[in-house]
Amino acid sequence: MNTYQPIIGLEVHVELATKSKMFCGCPAEHFGIEPNTHTCPVCLGLPGALPVPNRKAVEWTILLGLALGCQINEHSKFDRKNYFYPDLPKGYQISQYEEPLAINGSLEIRNSKSEIRNIRIRRVHLEEDTGKLQHTTVNGKDISLADFNRSGVPLVEIVTEPDFRSVDEVDQYLKKLQKIVRYLGISGTDMEKGSMRLEPSISIAQIAKHSRSYKHGKDFEHKLPDYRVELKNINSFRFARKALEYEIQRQTEILEKGETPTQQTRGWSEAKNATIPQREKEGESDYRYFPEPDIPPLRISNEQLAIINKQIPELPDAKSTRFQKEFSLTEHTSNLLAEDKSVADYFEEAVKNSLAASPSPLTPIIDVANWIINKKIDINQTLPAELIQQILRSKQSSQIDESELEKIIVQVFAENPKAVEDYKKGKLQVVGYLIGVCLKKGNFHQAQIKEAVEKKLRNV
Amino acid sequence: MDIKNLTIISALEDLRSKKITAVDLVEACLENIRKHNQDYNVLLTVEDDDKLIKQAREADATDHSSPLSGIPIVVKDMFSTKNLRTTAASKVLENYTPKYESTVTRKLKEAGAIIIGKANQDAWAHGATGENSDFEPTRNAYDKTRVAGGSSSGSAVAVALGMCLAAIGTDTGGSIRVPASYNNLVGLKPTYGRVSRYGVVAMASSLDTMAHVTKNVTDSAHILNITAGADPYDATSIKTDPEDYLKSLTREDLKGVKIGLSPDFKMATLDKKLVKKIDESLKLFEKLGGKIIEVPLPHTPESVETYYILVPSEISSNLARYDGIRYGNGRSHFGAEAKRRIMIGTYSLSSGYYDAYYKAAQKVRTLIIKDFTSAFEHVDVIFAPVAPVLPYKIGEKVNDPLTLYLMDIYTSPVNLSGLPSLALPAGFVDDLPVGIQIIGPPLSESRLFSIGNAYEKQ
Repeated sequence: MNTYQPIIGLEVHVELATKSKMFCGCPAEHFGIEPNTHTCPVCLGLPGALPVPNRKAVEWTILLGLALGCQINEHSKFDRKNYFYPDLPKGYQISQYEEPLAINGSLEIRNSKSEIRNIRIRRVHLEEDTGKLQHTTVNGKDISLADFNRSGVPLVEIVTEPDFRSVDEVDQYLKKLQKIVRYLGISGTDMEKGSMRLEPSISIAQIAKHSRSYKHGKDFEHKLPDYRVELKNINSFRFARKALEYEIQRQTEILEKGETPTQQTRGWSEAKNATIPQREKEGESDYRYFPEPDIPPLRISNEQLAIINKQIPELPDAKSTRFQKEFSLTEHTSNLLAEDKSVADYFEEAVKNSLAASPSPLTPIIDVANWIINKKIDINQTLPAELIQQILRSKQSSQIDESELEKIIVQVFAENPKAVEDYKKGKLQVVGYLIGVCLKKGNFHQAQIKEAVEKKLRNV
Repeated sequence: MDIKNLTIISALEDLRSKKITAVDLVEACLENIRKHNQDYNVLLTVEDDDKLIKQAREADATDHSSPLSGIPIVVKDMFSTKNLRTTAASKVLENYTPKYESTVTRKLKEAGAIIIGKANQDAWAHGATGENSDFEPTRNAYDKTRVAGGSSSGSAVAVALGMCLAAIGTDTGGSIRVPASYNNLVGLKPTYGRVSRYGVVAMASSLDTMAHVTKNVTDSAHILNITAGADPYDATSIKTDPEDYLKSLTREDLKGVKIGLSPDFKMATLDKKLVKKIDESLKLFEKLGGKIIEVPLPHTPESVETYYILVPSEISSNLARYDGIRYGNGRSHFGAEAKRRIMIGTYSLSSGYYDAYYKAAQKVRTLIIKDFTSAFEHVDVIFAPVAPVLPYKIGEKVNDPLTLYLMDIYTSPVNLSGLPSLALPAGFVDDLPVGIQIIGPPLSESRLFSIGNAYEKQ
């Protein structure tokens, strides 16, 4: 009897949020922009135009490589990947083949069984995005339109070894990768806008019952299945999950029959809730890679590397660990705070604010954490110092004498007879006004006032 | 007004002293174009007469202090010229008018030059005779029945027939030096990267250089003063500041100059008719005080093979953009030579063949570069013929591409090594012009001009 083990590898494309494109000065922004307005001779591939690499994009790719524990190649270069497609104006894509900027990294994840798994990253390389085709109907004719706003936008590709053994592991990896990229501030990684794209490849290994378990990627190096299915057209984490689950089932069924699944590219169809075959892939496509003669090879000096290394912020895992130690928070709470760098920064700023009031802090750190997590504070609206004041007010107001509040409400109602009358006539929106007036008269929590005011109104 | 022997420098003097006007110059060029263009197929596009005269008048309204004020220049049809048709002499680009300007033509215009028109050439610069133009071959200025030399055929003949005072071309394997020699002119192929490639239709990006053809060495130095320099739009352009090349023209003799001569170059099939003429030219260098030293260049005999792997490889990729979606005409409009090179290049880059062809050729290229580097430890410049044969009769070799490829024997190693080379007239054989070249180490243009100037004065 056989058991089946999914073997999954991932290619993730991340569009860099640089101001300008990879090889020209055009703005890199392309989402929701009027077609073909962010273009120039270079990104249109006009005769004679030449690419000049964007220094920032190179630095950011190295930054990501370092954050993923990669080795940065001292010598790196760009290559041409030759193929025809109407969205590729030069007839080749400038990419990196033989000497990518970063190689041999890894990312640690924890799977659903709480096992720590080390996902090896084969390479991180820099390339340019293609244009976009729109298939549409104009005057009753089916036509395709090309928009080159996206052409030449810097794109980083992160390729793993086939180290994933479950869909859940893929999910964990993607979430963690997304978090790191956002921490570095180099991409929006928005799946819907296409600034993060996934291409998993999956095959299923059959394992004889008596053989030892296949936990580590290395065990597979000489035993990988001799076919591989690449999945495309996946534009959300949810679809990635669904497509992989579908493939595991589909491929397992084929193997059960004693057959081998075909090596092919399949796309996720949301409508069919299934993967469907795209163009057949027989072995490797021949892209006729060769060194890009228009761009001199890159040399990354140790000094440059040291400067870039300094730009790596504290990453989510390290931040969470520090929060646990420094603020005695639970792992769960720390992780939630470290999820988003701006939230974590906000939290620390608020804590600093609270601690600044010596001799004793204004409010316990755990309260600050809980408020941020549970009350979904809009960190762009409320300053950290204001948050501390809010927490304090809520504590004080909860201790406030009920009669004190009652007194204020009576006073406010007396001063605003028209509002009270309006309420009686059915103009319910005056409630907000009355609450506002009360709030100005005392240090109360909004919810508390609201409740009291509404109660009083019902009784007038 | 006869401008066939007028140089830029003397024209500028005459303009500044008001002896002549820019309008005179432009009208003389237009007259020669009317007289010869039909027969010689020199220019593919001529700018409107009215526009040219207007520009000349504007130049005449100034004191002509700009370095090329009012000077009529012809540009090879590889250079993007805004709002002026740019075909690369290929049917594929027959109807293409660029929306932007190449760096070189921008600099020329800023220096006050008047761009008369766009010169015929081998389509996409593929060729050494000019016969691969998709629009009739340019004819030699000294013998209408013979080839002009290529690929910058129209550029050279335009200068020789007085359609301009100087012309811009490109040199990827001899494309400026061969037509310059075949029309008794001076051709400069600068160091790779010295002049920006931005806006010039790419042939083989790692060898393409922006070159020019003039009547003498001084004019050549003057043009390089304008075109040379780093360009933020060309990542392969050289960052070092260019020199003032006109300042280098002080030499009267060649005392102390070590001139390299390679026995490996002699092995090539130099036409016996040319041997005597080339030797005379070498003797002249000796007479001026130059010392001839033999230097080995053992890998240069492999240059043509190496060149015809690497160049088509880059061509196959560079021509991929002409996919029939933009620019009007589709890939069926490519001529035979372009198709041949696309196929050779595609083959050389294909998986399974890449190592045996492209990669092996890159290794030989490195060896050729090393040959020159070692040679320049012993000599200042290297002397060589330009073309191994006199200009062929038009059509004589069109069905023999391999023989035509061998025309690059003395020129292609220079491009593979990225070196500068100055082609100079060496006299006539059978009433046809013969040329020699002096090759220098990277960025030695000043040295080449200084030596070339002393040689030219004899």
